[in-house]
Amino acid sequence: MLGYIGRRLLLMVMTLVIISVISFAIIQLPPGDFLTAYIERLEESGLTRDQAVIESLKKRYGLDQPIYVQYGKWVWGMMHGDFGQSFLFNRPVGELIWERLGLTMAVSFAALLFNWIVALPIGIYSAVRQYSIGDYLATFIGFIGLAIPNFMLALILMWLAFSVFGANVGGLFSAEYADAPWTWGKVVDMLKHLWLPMVVLGMAGTAGLIRIMRANLLDELRRPYVITARAKGLTEKRLIFKYPVRVAINPFVSTIGWTLAGLVGGETIVSIVLGLPTTGPLLFRALMMQDMYLAGTFIMMVSALTVIGTLISDVLLAWVDPRIRHSI
Amino acid sequence: MAEDINLTENQVPAEGPEDEAERLFVASQWQLMWWRFRRHKIAMLSVVVVFVLYLIAIFCDFLAISDPYKHQTKWVFAPPQTVRLGQVDGRLTFYVLGLDLERDPETLRPVYTANPERRYPIRWFVKGIPYKMVGLFPTDVHLLGLDEGSDGTLYLLGTDRLGRDMWSRIMIGTRISMSIGLVGVTLSFVLGVILGGFSGLYGGVFDTVMQRVIEVLRSIPTIPLWLGLSAAIPKDWPQIRVYFAITVILSLVGWTGLARVVRGRFLALREEDFVTAARISGAGDRRIVFSHMVPSILSHIIASITLNIPGMILSETSLSFLGLGLRPPTISWGVLLQEAQNVRTVALAPWLMLPGAFVIVTVLAFNFMGDGLRDAADPYA
Repeated sequence: MLGYIGRRLLLMVMTLVIISVISFAIIQLPPGDFLTAYIERLEESGLTRDQAVIESLKKRYGLDQPIYVQYGKWVWGMMHGDFGQSFLFNRPVGELIWERLGLTMAVSFAALLFNWIVALPIGIYSAVRQYSIGDYLATFIGFIGLAIPNFMLALILMWLAFSVFGANVGGLFSAEYADAPWTWGKVVDMLKHLWLPMVVLGMAGTAGLIRIMRANLLDELRRPYVITARAKGLTEKRLIFKYPVRVAINPFVSTIGWTLAGLVGGETIVSIVLGLPTTGPLLFRALMMQDMYLAGTFIMMVSALTVIGTLISDVLLAWVDPRIRHSI
Repeated sequence: MAEDINLTENQVPAEGPEDEAERLFVASQWQLMWWRFRRHKIAMLSVVVVFVLYLIAIFCDFLAISDPYKHQTKWVFAPPQTVRLGQVDGRLTFYVLGLDLERDPETLRPVYTANPERRYPIRWFVKGIPYKMVGLFPTDVHLLGLDEGSDGTLYLLGTDRLGRDMWSRIMIGTRISMSIGLVGVTLSFVLGVILGGFSGLYGGVFDTVMQRVIEVLRSIPTIPLWLGLSAAIPKDWPQIRVYFAITVILSLVGWTGLARVVRGRFLALREEDFVTAARISGAGDRRIVFSHMVPSILSHIIASITLNIPGMILSETSLSFLGLGLRPPTISWGVLLQEAQNVRTVALAPWLMLPGAFVIVTVLAFNFMGDGLRDAADPYA
């Protein structure tokens, strides 16, 4: 088990290195370096440029040096908690991201919970009552959930809420709590707003999970041990929940990793549509304004978190499933 | 082929006597697949839907009613006009009612009311703006339209904030949205089959490295990555280059799924008796791969390709919706949905969301079709 975790950690480090290269490439992709863009913006707004500031920035990011030195400086800085400076907000990138990351995690986690709470029972039902009307209905809704783009669902729900109730359901807080410090009232207010992003984000993943759960459980239900248990007179409910469901539930654990990647990604688009104060809109604005330092660091951080999430889910799976535990 | 023997009677229509069973045993694999696929009603329907959508994509200029780029300041946010059947000038025909424009005295918003006095018959094969049919034959005939010089309007799906005809724009958008899936999948297919095939066939170090690369690529959240890459596309690139850049970006992640499927299949096939037999008979690697292995996994590859297309279409739509994918004046469903970004606009003109309906139908159709194909291709299903 320890060896397995060690191997996975090694792989994770490798992954992070590759991701950092890709993120750095994204920073470098726009023509010219970001400092030129920054100077241009300063000039556009009529401010005189301070040669000393520019020189110090140049030195800090090694802009006059070859590209691998710049990359090295960037990675070195990140390892020491210096994530660079956002030219758009004129603030350290780290500060900007940490501010919003908590809410991103809250929304993604809520969506993950929604995913499971909805997908598990429906998946079990569909498998146990295969080819019943309920099964067809679940499959159909699942397919629809897969087919509707996240942002479309967000838009439709917002439109319905707006035209039926006349309420604007976007955002994560009411106006009076938006900039207020955290209080009990603010948490309650957030929970009131959380349902929309939760449902929107959860829908797409739910569809996939229902299908996986159904397929897995169907495989298990045909096994001889189920027939044996039934022949021995075990009640149907106890039989299903005690054995096949426990086996079939594994993919739920093993997919936390990529479900999380999907949720964080989906969250980006949904938050932009719903105007949530999470990391998505920040990334979006950074990209639109070509504030590449913010954007690149951001992609790096979100990816890193996802990779860590995947690692945790893999370790969990090995812990839950003896077949995997013993094979490693 | 080994799989044929494994077929049991309940898998294929074996209604009857011996000649029926005979037919089953001599059928080729493709025939068996077709029989099984045919029983999948929704998949059959989906094939028709996908076929129609590609027809629309090919003949979009012909189906467009008016110029999709033309601003009509007089008809801003005009609602969809209902098509009615009735008498116009003593002849039974389809017609639309003329729209009267008024302004809301308070909000100054345009308010349109259908005027039952004015009936405009819809004509078939009318002359309109010139275009090239299928990009080859210059013509100016369009499927639908009003009489030439008529003062009426024909907005089957309403107009947008610049008074552009949504019907025509959706039809033209179909071309880009449907083709981007195909082009993107072709790219991922080439990468996936070559890389996946190699690592499945030879294994060893190459396989290990490939597997790690795929794992790494899959663990990166795709949407932030796509957003970053497409934001880096220079703003002054011509439309066609942006289009290809976007497809390349989408396939960057898309090929990994295909590579996995191909690798898994190749790994399994490598141990099959017929491959060993071919090898012992002295067949070269290329011959073994292309005339023995590829035909037996082709059906699986086709099924996974079909299941990959909707993802591509969805991604393009999302990117363009955010303004980071294709940009106007290019028309795709995603670009059209940009108009529907604001909830107040949508409340005023819900028909702006119609391109989304096309997206949903397309994705559903591809998914059902792919599912049907996969079931049909799997001899053990």
